[in-house]
Amino acid sequence: MKLLVRLIHESKPIIAQVVKETGVLINVDRARSDAHEGEEALVDVPDESCILVSDRMRSLGAEVRILEEGIRHDEEECVDCGACISICPKRVFSFDNDWKLHVETKRCILCGRCIISCPHAALSLSY
Amino acid sequence: MEKSIDEINRRIRDGSARVVTADEMPDIVSELGEEGALHEVDVVTTGTFGAMCSSGAFLNFGHAEPPIKMERLWLNDVEAYGGIAAVDTYIGATNKSVTRMESYGGAHVIEDFISGKAIELRAQSSGSDCYPRRSITTEVRLEDLNQAIMVNPRNAYQRYDAAVNTSEDTLYTYMGTLLPHSGNVTFSGAGTLNPICNDPNLRLIGSGVPILLGGAQGMVIGEGTQHSSAGNFATLMTTADMNDMNTDFLRAAYMYRYGPTLYLGVGIPLPVLDIETVRRTAVRDEDIMVSIKDYGVPSRSRPVLGQVSYAELKSGTIELDNEEIKTSSLSSFRRAKMVANTLKRWIEDGQMTLCLPTRYLDPSKQAKPMRETRKVVLVQEIMQRKVVTIKEDQEITEAAKKLLRGETNHLPVLNEQGRLTGVVTTFDIAKAVARPERKIKVQDVMTRNVITTLADEPIDIAAQKMEHHRISALPVVDAQNQCIAILHASDLGKLFKPGGGRP
Repeated sequence: MKLLVRLIHESKPIIAQVVKETGVLINVDRARSDAHEGEEALVDVPDESCILVSDRMRSLGAEVRILEEGIRHDEEECVDCGACISICPKRVFSFDNDWKLHVETKRCILCGRCIISCPHAALSLSY
Repeated sequence: MEKSIDEINRRIRDGSARVVTADEMPDIVSELGEEGALHEVDVVTTGTFGAMCSSGAFLNFGHAEPPIKMERLWLNDVEAYGGIAAVDTYIGATNKSVTRMESYGGAHVIEDFISGKAIELRAQSSGSDCYPRRSITTEVRLEDLNQAIMVNPRNAYQRYDAAVNTSEDTLYTYMGTLLPHSGNVTFSGAGTLNPICNDPNLRLIGSGVPILLGGAQGMVIGEGTQHSSAGNFATLMTTADMNDMNTDFLRAAYMYRYGPTLYLGVGIPLPVLDIETVRRTAVRDEDIMVSIKDYGVPSRSRPVLGQVSYAELKSGTIELDNEEIKTSSLSSFRRAKMVANTLKRWIEDGQMTLCLPTRYLDPSKQAKPMRETRKVVLVQEIMQRKVVTIKEDQEITEAAKKLLRGETNHLPVLNEQGRLTGVVTTFDIAKAVARPERKIKVQDVMTRNVITTLADEPIDIAAQKMEHHRISALPVVDAQNQCIAILHASDLGKLFKPGGGRP
């Protein structure tokens, strides 16, 4: 399960602390530090530890949002061109045998690169 | 053996014509041989579905009361051409809306019309005795128009060069997102299904020939603009009635930071008249080659980095300089196949018969570049040759003084050898002062990844660099990376003053 964790500026090493306390292995898919919006990390945790990890992070002062799904694919708008395929760092997109776009949302790290690259506005983030 | 067009049309009418799509033809020819395929197949249908920017439509709105001659007009705030009489206009696919997001353009107006949506028409006029009305605002739907005739100056490119980007920055082009350091390759075109690739000598495709355009039955008008058949870049001018189109085969699109464009399905049925037709329609993806061009170089003559076939491009990866690079198509092969299949069904059902061109296209034409009579303004004409610089190992207080004295916001930083290694801005100094921990030397606070220009670079390219990187100055360097001048965004203003580079 993916969690979007927003940390307050100058905060403690919350992710490290939660890993240490809970023993849950947390995979940081991507992290971003922005002067205005603070620090944000997209992390991947095992489904069964999702509540445990998010509760503990919240109690340490982080904002946590549980992301149910990866990139959202609008099949009505999509024309199966494939512009998204080569720019995705995680090989989320591929063609099936009939040249129809296949989307493996589980691999998505929500980097958002494909959203602007889709000529038909068929890709969006759900959060 | 040869077949006549009348014989083929007779079979279409009595329902006995054998119609196949162009991608099926290579295997049929391998299996039956050329004579066998000629005997067996009557029509080969082709198709392509991709971005066709040079498209648009003539519209007639009918007369208002009192009447107006529309001199400037907007459809959902996208300007359409007002230089033709009274209530006619031409809406081009790539024009951007003046008020909505730049992702809405003429292509979206066309798609909205076809989807049955109401479009706001706004028009102005200077008025005349015969057309007294000065302005009008109304809402119109496709069904309200007298005519909505799509006429596309350049469609169905025979093939299109693939794109790569060797520069250090991500580029957003009409060939889609191009990742830095040759991070991906993009391409466009249906390869084996492409209409002209199945008739490269233009024996069957010409004026008057029936086609599928945007889901409607239309026809080829003649050669398209920039038609360059000698270099295997033939194009077609096409037309069809918008009332017969549908969004399966026509979609507005927006290429990020490029603008709106129109995705169109175009397909042409080819009558199998002789062995030559059989041979040509047996073309495979492997046989159709394109160049890989470097969009990292902002010039008309982009460097060619290699040759590649559509088969390689469609495989998902290609090899360039011994490295595997992921590929992306911008056109849809799935929809191209839908175009060819729809044509096939129309012909099998007797809804479309074929004809030979009433006028043939020139198969040996070569497109010319633009004749330019005024020289391009170069950076050296407006750059500031007096440039204040600083050394890497100087203290930031020294940099602050220089910035104040030089009345500039950018200090190019030089190393021992006098080569450019960075830039210090007032922002960098402010940051260093706000966090005084240990950063005291210029080299600790400078920006190292410097975007530079050259004295002989066209000014438009330097301006695009500043806009792309959101910066306001570019150090001008020579071949040894010595900083010889600086170009400020404010220098661009000189171009518009009397005695400047531009009138």
